[in-house]
Amino acid sequence: MMVRPVEMLQTTGEVLTHKKYGEAYHSLTIVSPTIGERARPGQFVNIKLRDDSAHILRRPFSVYRMHKRGGWASTIEIVFDVRGAGTQHLASLRAHHVVDLIGPAGRGFVLPARRAHCLLVGGGIGAAPLFFLADELRNDGHRVDFILGARNAGLLLNPIDVRRLASVYRITTDDGSQGETGRVTDALLETMQRCETEVVYACGPHPMLAAVSQVCADRKIPIQVAVEELMACGYGACMTCVMPLRKPASKRGDGNGETLVYARACTEGPVFNGAAVVWNGAGSAEPVSPDQSELSPSGVPVRGAVIEDAGHFAPPGN
Amino acid sequence: MTTSQRLRTTVAGIELKSPVLVASGTFGAGREASSFFDISALGGIIVKSMTLTPWKGKSTPRMCETPSGMLNAIGIQNKGVDHFITDDLPWLVRKKATVVGSIAGNTVEEFVRIADKLRAGARGMAAVEVNISCPNLEDRNNMFAHSADATAEVIGGVKDALKRVPVFAKLSPNYSPLTEIAAAAVDAGADGLSLINTLMGMSIDVERRRPKLAGTYGGLSGPAIRPVAVRAVHEVHSAFPHIPIIGQGGIATAEDALELILAGANAVAVGTANFVSPTRALDVARGLHDYCVRHEVASVAELVGSVKLEG
Repeated sequence: MMVRPVEMLQTTGEVLTHKKYGEAYHSLTIVSPTIGERARPGQFVNIKLRDDSAHILRRPFSVYRMHKRGGWASTIEIVFDVRGAGTQHLASLRAHHVVDLIGPAGRGFVLPARRAHCLLVGGGIGAAPLFFLADELRNDGHRVDFILGARNAGLLLNPIDVRRLASVYRITTDDGSQGETGRVTDALLETMQRCETEVVYACGPHPMLAAVSQVCADRKIPIQVAVEELMACGYGACMTCVMPLRKPASKRGDGNGETLVYARACTEGPVFNGAAVVWNGAGSAEPVSPDQSELSPSGVPVRGAVIEDAGHFAPPGN
Repeated sequence: MTTSQRLRTTVAGIELKSPVLVASGTFGAGREASSFFDISALGGIIVKSMTLTPWKGKSTPRMCETPSGMLNAIGIQNKGVDHFITDDLPWLVRKKATVVGSIAGNTVEEFVRIADKLRAGARGMAAVEVNISCPNLEDRNNMFAHSADATAEVIGGVKDALKRVPVFAKLSPNYSPLTEIAAAAVDAGADGLSLINTLMGMSIDVERRRPKLAGTYGGLSGPAIRPVAVRAVHEVHSAFPHIPIIGQGGIATAEDALELILAGANAVAVGTANFVSPTRALDVARGLHDYCVRHEVASVAELVGSVKLEG
């Protein structure tokens, strides 16, 4: 498989603002011209903690928003909830604190080459990269519809912005505390039919991504998912963040009847063709303890090495 | 700085521009980190272990963070020795990197066949490290490195195949006495020793009452294991003062590297810290140079094993 080298940089950025979205989510806007001007939707940044921390690994975050113009130009925004020591530390940062960043990392979402009806499906904090994606899709003249879901109203990420961004939007909560009672997948098929959806972009927990991928694959609708995998390095060296993908039938050489191949979420993803992921072979499909889960980027999209073989992955026009 | 005379050293006949290498499994074959800096500036790259045929690796989760360290069970996912010979090695040579191959297997024959392939096809490799911290399928999955006999068989077989390439045995700290395995490796022809591989560990998610790793047990690395590495290097260097040692285990700073060097390591390798900062080995080398200047040491080689013991 060919993996293009990712042009990443290790750099520092100054925190411009720290704010909150609702009760659960923290937001940091970081000034970083080198990363900010090159990041694409679905890519992520990997932030180092303090040198004296017993928590040695960087914490990855997908880019929630990017600002190209005006007073906020050259900044990136990340959102997160506090899950462990790393996110606790980041939640304590304020304006003028300086962070060490690596990014932009990973391969982002592929945008349609001609005007298309795009449906974005986000669960919990996993919705984060879809906001950046929605901005870019709208800038390119695509239609954006949005299904945003969470366990309860407090865990919905910025539903007000969803209303502003989307032509058609649906809000779901497991407990019915806001929007419709149920899961994003309950609203999926109806929304796809009503909006004449041509491509679906999704990010959230594995079971949600598996279900969305199945619905799309059954109907030959391209489905791009951004996965959240535990990663040690975030730049391709450690081989811990792998996703099981169906092995391309055309490739030969390391056969032995193997049916899947492990692709790195950090460099070959985090955006993958949802229809090519072997969801029941993904160990991280089961929830990991909260303090460990902060080692996975909130919503990294995967574009797998098998893209070329999965004909219905590419959005319309590609 | 990268051409500092104080840092030049020779280990098992290999001339190194710096005694700071990067450890196997933490740097791939250099491609990923090469987007951050010129990898020829490193003392050397000990590549990710290669096996006779491609290995798919274990299922996920493969990693969890632990206090001042991490636990991993990756299962040596790699594309095999042929891919190394035709793809990775020529690329590394073009980049002017100092390359240390790393080989792994589940039987003595697999190790020897990889070594045969390297002798026949690998050009431009400075040395080979033998990763004997693998389960031995012919001995109820015991690690080769936990048996003096198995260690001697593997190292002897590899050395027979690679007579002209320095061979380093990478020892596991999970066995005592370590000097027994070191002696077996040296007697079988090892030109040097790499100390240490990861410590076996386990971490449990108490909410789910399940292991945090799909592989249940994993290898512990990072600063948490550094004192174990310093002790292991000191113990083995004291027993075999003339055997070259590449010290590794939890090095994140020049001070950490100095501990291993003073304990008896001729060179060091940065491992887990590469995950945090791909340029870390260069930072460590720079710090070593500064230390030599500050302590008026002409060459870092003068420091090897120079820790003073009281009484």
